[in-house]
Amino acid sequence: MEALRKKAHEIITGGQVKVIIGYGEGSPERARAIFAQTPAEVDQLIFDQRCLQNLAVYLMKPEVKALGKMAITASKNVLRSILQLASENQLTDADLVVIGITDDGGVIEFPNLQAVEEHIKAAGTPAKNEDRARIEEIDKKPLEERWQYWQEQLSACVKCYACRSACPMCYCTRCTVECNQPQWIPAPSHHLGNLEWHIMRAMHLTGRCIECGECGRACPLGLPINLLTQKLAAEIESQFDWQAGMSLKVENPLSTFKPDDKENFIK
Amino acid sequence: MAFEPRIVGFLCNWCSYTGADLAGTSRVKYPFNVRIIRVMCSARIDPTFILKALSDGADGVLVCGCHPGDCHYVEGNYKAMRRYALLKKTLRSLGVEEDRVRLEWVSASEGVRFGEVIADMTEKIRKLGPNRIKAELILDKAER
Repeated sequence: MEALRKKAHEIITGGQVKVIIGYGEGSPERARAIFAQTPAEVDQLIFDQRCLQNLAVYLMKPEVKALGKMAITASKNVLRSILQLASENQLTDADLVVIGITDDGGVIEFPNLQAVEEHIKAAGTPAKNEDRARIEEIDKKPLEERWQYWQEQLSACVKCYACRSACPMCYCTRCTVECNQPQWIPAPSHHLGNLEWHIMRAMHLTGRCIECGECGRACPLGLPINLLTQKLAAEIESQFDWQAGMSLKVENPLSTFKPDDKENFIK
Repeated sequence: MAFEPRIVGFLCNWCSYTGADLAGTSRVKYPFNVRIIRVMCSARIDPTFILKALSDGADGVLVCGCHPGDCHYVEGNYKAMRRYALLKKTLRSLGVEEDRVRLEWVSASEGVRFGEVIADMTEKIRKLGPNRIKAELILDKAER
């Protein structure tokens, strides 16, 4: 934590950046995001086990961008989100300074995004989290039970779109769900259209989801919606040998193809 | 009344729609259950289209495109294939019957095959029964 604050002081007093996005004291269970603009605010920066939120989401918010050049304290998930955003031409070295944090609170310095890519590549294939096991468990159930399970879960959704706001990859200025000519997905906070909304959200994050699980954490109803995006991430990994957030220059798996793609699902 | 499936067919302009046209001009008999929507390419079919068709009351959705390698836009059908494969997996894990959504390659000369595809799909969906997403939707409307 001391190393983090020292580094943060250095870049804010040196005038390299205008704002540092980091974690600050929140509730006993959760840390919250803070936007440090002065040395006094930098002293509020913390890092511990409660710091789970994927801060990369703020890199895309116009309110934060308006503050000027940003720095971000980045754990591994955040680093992968940054790489994915950069591969989609949303971020460049001119926009931000990345302060990497190791799990024990140590600081890794990155001179540029290229260095972030090298770091992530050197770390190798990310470990699979326990959600993959949960997905397999649900998929093994008979069709009827799966339907019941998801209907039960998704019918609670009130379409608050917290999942969308919390996701670094959902940065479209106009979302399909807000289109009403034609109305693809019913807008009221009613379970009408919930299935469609969640499938569509997952499809739009295909090949872009880095499996941070932030959508699931952000959901005020605690719905396991991160399983849907992570299911697709697992699918593209097995079918197209593809992982999001591993490289600076990469095409989306859905906008490319291989002539020998499997056709065995066509009946 | 006996259940008659309603199938929405998204057909690509260059091969499949022409194939369906051939089925018509050569007087091929096939079930009347399919409603055809012509699109310029199978890659034009966003998964949202398929979801909207299902939630608006279709019992099945058929996507037809050119055979791989024959796409008018060179690679559209390959991209459609990837998208479709993932949508199908997602529907499966959410408990929607996989057979409700189907992808077929139909070329302009395969009028007879187009008829066979429709007949086969209609029978499969007849066995599955009405679409549950639709059933839920009707319930919702009554509730309001």
